[in-house]
Amino acid sequence: MNRFDYIRPTTIPEAVAAASAPGAAYLAAGTNLVDLMKGGIARPSRLVDVGRLPGLSAIEHLPDGGVRIGALVRNADLAYDPGFARRFPAVAEALLSGASAQLRNAATVGGNLLQRTRCAYFHDVASACNKREPGAGCDARGGENRLHAVLGWSEGCIATHPSDFCVPLAAFNAIVEVAGATGHRDIPLEEFHLLPGETPERETLLAPGELILALRLPGTEAAFAAHARYLKVRERTSYAFAVVSAAAGLRLDGGRIAEARLALGGVALKPWRARAAEAALVGATPDEAAFRLAAEAALEAARPSGDNAFKIELARRILVRALTLAAAGTPARMPALPASPFAIGA
Amino acid sequence: MNLSITLTVNGRERMLALPDPRVTLLDLLRDRLDLTGTKKGCDRGHCGACTILVDGRRTNSCLALAISHDGADILTIEGVAHGDTLDPVQAAFIAHDGFQCGYCTPGQIMSAIGLIREGQAGTDPERVREGMSGNLCRCGAYAGITEAVLEAQRALDAAEQEQAA
Repeated sequence: MNRFDYIRPTTIPEAVAAASAPGAAYLAAGTNLVDLMKGGIARPSRLVDVGRLPGLSAIEHLPDGGVRIGALVRNADLAYDPGFARRFPAVAEALLSGASAQLRNAATVGGNLLQRTRCAYFHDVASACNKREPGAGCDARGGENRLHAVLGWSEGCIATHPSDFCVPLAAFNAIVEVAGATGHRDIPLEEFHLLPGETPERETLLAPGELILALRLPGTEAAFAAHARYLKVRERTSYAFAVVSAAAGLRLDGGRIAEARLALGGVALKPWRARAAEAALVGATPDEAAFRLAAEAALEAARPSGDNAFKIELARRILVRALTLAAAGTPARMPALPASPFAIGA
Repeated sequence: MNLSITLTVNGRERMLALPDPRVTLLDLLRDRLDLTGTKKGCDRGHCGACTILVDGRRTNSCLALAISHDGADILTIEGVAHGDTLDPVQAAFIAHDGFQCGYCTPGQIMSAIGLIREGQAGTDPERVREGMSGNLCRCGAYAGITEAVLEAQRALDAAEQEQAA
């Protein structure tokens, strides 16, 4: 691990000022950052510890049915908040399907948004990676890439975003509240993460020094609570990143779909909102035929970036299955066993 | 910044000067406090061998910078037994052969104590397995570990009911 200066500011403006310097990074729990530093992948010269900043640790249930989640709320605390799981069951399910209990106890929701990709070539400093070192090339293109992106990738980067949590956040129109040197702004989660394009080293819309303060889930999105699921397939039952995952929410009215929410995980460098598929579902009866059409629409632009064509068909099937589960209704016990296909009905 | 912290480790308050902000809780426990029960496996948050309780919650000590944990209350495997009396989780691991080589065992036991405190697994083996998935055992003692956690949960539930009665 490289040497760094450690600063623990006591106010948000102080933190923003300290983190605006080149080479600075925010530290919350450090579950991702310390790992990256041990591997020499991240080498910040200054850590700005925001872990004790006041006012960022509350889960606020808003009068309109929405929820405001402070950036320092721990993943486990949010997932097990009964009021939260009632309003946003698919988000709780996604949280509990990520990482391990130890990591969820420490990791913060703000940090979750800023997780770096798990692409093995990004993590191996001996490999070429445009994200780690702009212009270096991408060893994933000709390498082991069966788990890489099938949507939104570029010649320069085929990595995926690893978060489970962000998938339902994208589906349910979450807003990211950030503070910067010039004030506060709101960023829709759907726009927060950037596709690689020509600049894979730019991962989010955050400017240097900008700090995530909170996430907001709008009250309107709680209307999906009765029919909302997160489904994740991975290469072992637990404690692994998604090969493909999906968040699905339905609002049913008179036996038809009044409104739908859909997003995919593990397929792109950002949580992938499937708006065309949502539109295709409106007015349909919630059956397999309708779900298949929606899945076709969601993956229409998909193409393999390597040995991963199977992920396109897998993503279609996961969408159909997530929609089928959502239509059947959110399970009574929430959080359910986290999002494993082996635990459906448990 | 003054690089010194205060930790309560297994009930005892310790003032510790840090040579460097890079020190993790794991290295601090092992190298400075000679509490080598907490194991260094992968040192990257993947294996769970370094699991301790921080303010009552199970955590990977290898990814926790000590400097950011000033004031924390730490429980390690060395602080689990009550004198010569084993904690019910320790006793259950012995009764059910919840280990072979033993290297992952302190982390498994700390994780099991954390899981039981979280109160989410109950008596469902599937939930116990899911709840313990952050602790790898290369000997493959998982069946015994699951049995041990279930038995410890039952023993603690029974003790609680007895107290309530």
